Amino acid sequence: MNLIVKKQQISPNVTRLDVVAPRISQIRQPGQFIIVRAKENSERIPLTIADANPVCETITLVIQSVGRSTKELVSMNVGEFILDIVGPLGKPTELIKSGTAVCVGGGVGTAVVYPIACGLKSNGVKIISVIGGRSKEWVIFEEELSKLGEVVVCTDDGSYGKKGFVTEAIKELIEHGGIDIVYAVGPVPMMRAIAELTRGPKIKTIVSLNPIMVDGTGMCGGCRVKVGGKNKFACVDGPEFDGHLVDFNLLMDRLTTYRPYEQEALESHEEECKIGLGKSNPA
Amino acid sequence: MENIKKISAKEKLQINRQKMPEQSAAIRIHNFNEVNLGLPEHIAMIEAQRCLHCKEAKCITGCPVMINIPRFIKYLSEGDLAAAAESLLSDNALPAITGRVCPQETQCEMVCIRGLKGAPVAIGYLERYVADWYYNNMNKANPPHNPPSGCKVAIIGSGPAGLTAAGELARLGHEVTIYEALHQPGGVLVYGIPEFRLPKKIVAEEVNRLKLLGVKIECDVVIGRTYTLNELQERFDAVFIANGAGLPIFMDIPGENLKGVYSANEYLTRVNLMRAYKFPKSPTPVIKAKKVATIGGGNVAMDSARTAKRMGAEVSTIVYRRTKAEMPARAEEIHHAEEEGIKFEFLAAPIEIIGDDKNWVKALRCQRMKLGEPDTSSRRSPVPIPGSEFILECDVVIVAIGTRANPLLTTTCPELKVNKRGYIKVDENGMTNIQSVFAGGDIVRGAATVILAMGDGKKCARSIDKFVRGKKHSK
Repeated sequence: MNLIVKKQQISPNVTRLDVVAPRISQIRQPGQFIIVRAKENSERIPLTIADANPVCETITLVIQSVGRSTKELVSMNVGEFILDIVGPLGKPTELIKSGTAVCVGGGVGTAVVYPIACGLKSNGVKIISVIGGRSKEWVIFEEELSKLGEVVVCTDDGSYGKKGFVTEAIKELIEHGGIDIVYAVGPVPMMRAIAELTRGPKIKTIVSLNPIMVDGTGMCGGCRVKVGGKNKFACVDGPEFDGHLVDFNLLMDRLTTYRPYEQEALESHEEECKIGLGKSNPA
Repeated sequence: MENIKKISAKEKLQINRQKMPEQSAAIRIHNFNEVNLGLPEHIAMIEAQRCLHCKEAKCITGCPVMINIPRFIKYLSEGDLAAAAESLLSDNALPAITGRVCPQETQCEMVCIRGLKGAPVAIGYLERYVADWYYNNMNKANPPHNPPSGCKVAIIGSGPAGLTAAGELARLGHEVTIYEALHQPGGVLVYGIPEFRLPKKIVAEEVNRLKLLGVKIECDVVIGRTYTLNELQERFDAVFIANGAGLPIFMDIPGENLKGVYSANEYLTRVNLMRAYKFPKSPTPVIKAKKVATIGGGNVAMDSARTAKRMGAEVSTIVYRRTKAEMPARAEEIHHAEEEGIKFEFLAAPIEIIGDDKNWVKALRCQRMKLGEPDTSSRRSPVPIPGSEFILECDVVIVAIGTRANPLLTTTCPELKVNKRGYIKVDENGMTNIQSVFAGGDIVRGAATVILAMGDGKKCARSIDKFVRGKKHSK
């Protein structure tokens, strides 16, 4: 049982929840994630730990509400309890010890790249963050990242920062030179495009993958991804991999597996909410 | 039950083995309710009369946990169910589970003297009968146990090995904490074995009984991630690792990453633990397929194929590279699968999974096999027949060919010795190379059965008891 102590909408469909999880708040490392089961009947879904406060014993979850389970989570309020949180899971990020790192965040992925940037900062690495969103109100974690180094903001419509995709800004940075590593988290097409940009100049690029998971401990194999021609389980071997070796097409394809079921699950959930069945227990 | 009369051995020999009442196949393929309904009281009493109470009971040595079978059956035949239950429970912590899922036909019942001429005593049915009676009738409030020892034991994993060890250790007076990675205790008993073979209610009852004994269960804790093994060693007098076999093996053939290919672990977890059969009320989906092909010949393959049938598959086929005679699955499971209309493609090995233009599974390309010389497992090894390829249409493929050791815990504790396949090495007492750390079940043996894991749990509990008392004494 994990108490929600803070809730904040940070973009049109992204919500930040601070949740009490004492042990995880103390030992989590950049790149690690948790599995959440909101209520008794809920799915198990993986979420990256965006931040943690070991003193308050809380972790920060940044949730983009897209399907039934994420909508259910963001409908929960301060004072309510998330039934199950297990973690921290996955391997921590391989952080470089010196040099310059570019941290790229697309949409909600910016919240995932933030703890990586924090880890790099404490190693003394120079950080340039490149973050993007559809338009100004979709850009998140700009303030947090600006405390760690230079931030380049890109919006698709040019309503804020540079107009265009993050890839344009990355291209310029590569041309400028001096980049030791790129950490990229965001939609699969974005990560794939960045890996393509850095492949030629041989700049190491780490991406964080978000395949479908059930248990998160290696037991089910549902999260298998192809890396360097070999199958890996993202939950125990990842979730971060060398972007130059990841089969992004396969990942994108497997992510669509349950699309035919999503609408049905969502409608059933909304129906339950209407008649009050989906209401969580009072805190 | 008042009129129990003694009958002679000759009369006993004239009683035939009683049948287990079942849900009919035509009905049960549309539900997840238990297939075996349990013996009615009068039938159980008749079956109990069949036991000859052999002085040197072979059935006891046939049992991995050495249950004193003639003793509990004798009490049962005398109508003293409380004594029967007490006797059974003193030997076996989880009788309602083993009474349902043990392969009795290769253990106790295989060596039953009555099997020499006719059918063996239905020991499994009787075990289940007594266990179920106990849950419905005994006062569970005050389970007997030893005075507190002051020793603390951590158990990693709440599957059959962990639960058994917990029960034994708690009864011996130790303070036991179980750490479970999933949100619900039970391990393979809740994520793997389907409701129709082992109702989750039974597992929950066994778990509750342990809680009454004072066992603490912490779910959502992954040892190796949430806590390290070393941290547990600091906080407990002994640790028992029983975290199961773990990672599913795939076949490494083309097409295994197509949409519609599942490991048996994933398919069964979605349906059992996450209740995908109630979708969309339970929001975890599983692909609803018309034609399902399950690869493998063990109990997990049977469970998968039978689950797929219940999920609405019109055709559910088992593809196995040997013949029915070599199948490792229990005879009862194969029999039930056949009754339910599961098809069997024997002597067939998949060589490719074929997808459609949108990368959904469309068919399985297989090769016919013939049986050659016996291999290391002493089963005749399958040999491909050249030019014998054929296509099996299907839209879901379930790979049920086994598991390999989960490295999550062992890699975070490099000093723990494992064999070349990643399973933990233990001595004859179940102790690992680290003093105070014991291990048992699938993480030591590789994928095996519930009862073997329970046997390990029982053996290790005794070793741990000896170890922690010795340690306390020497302090």
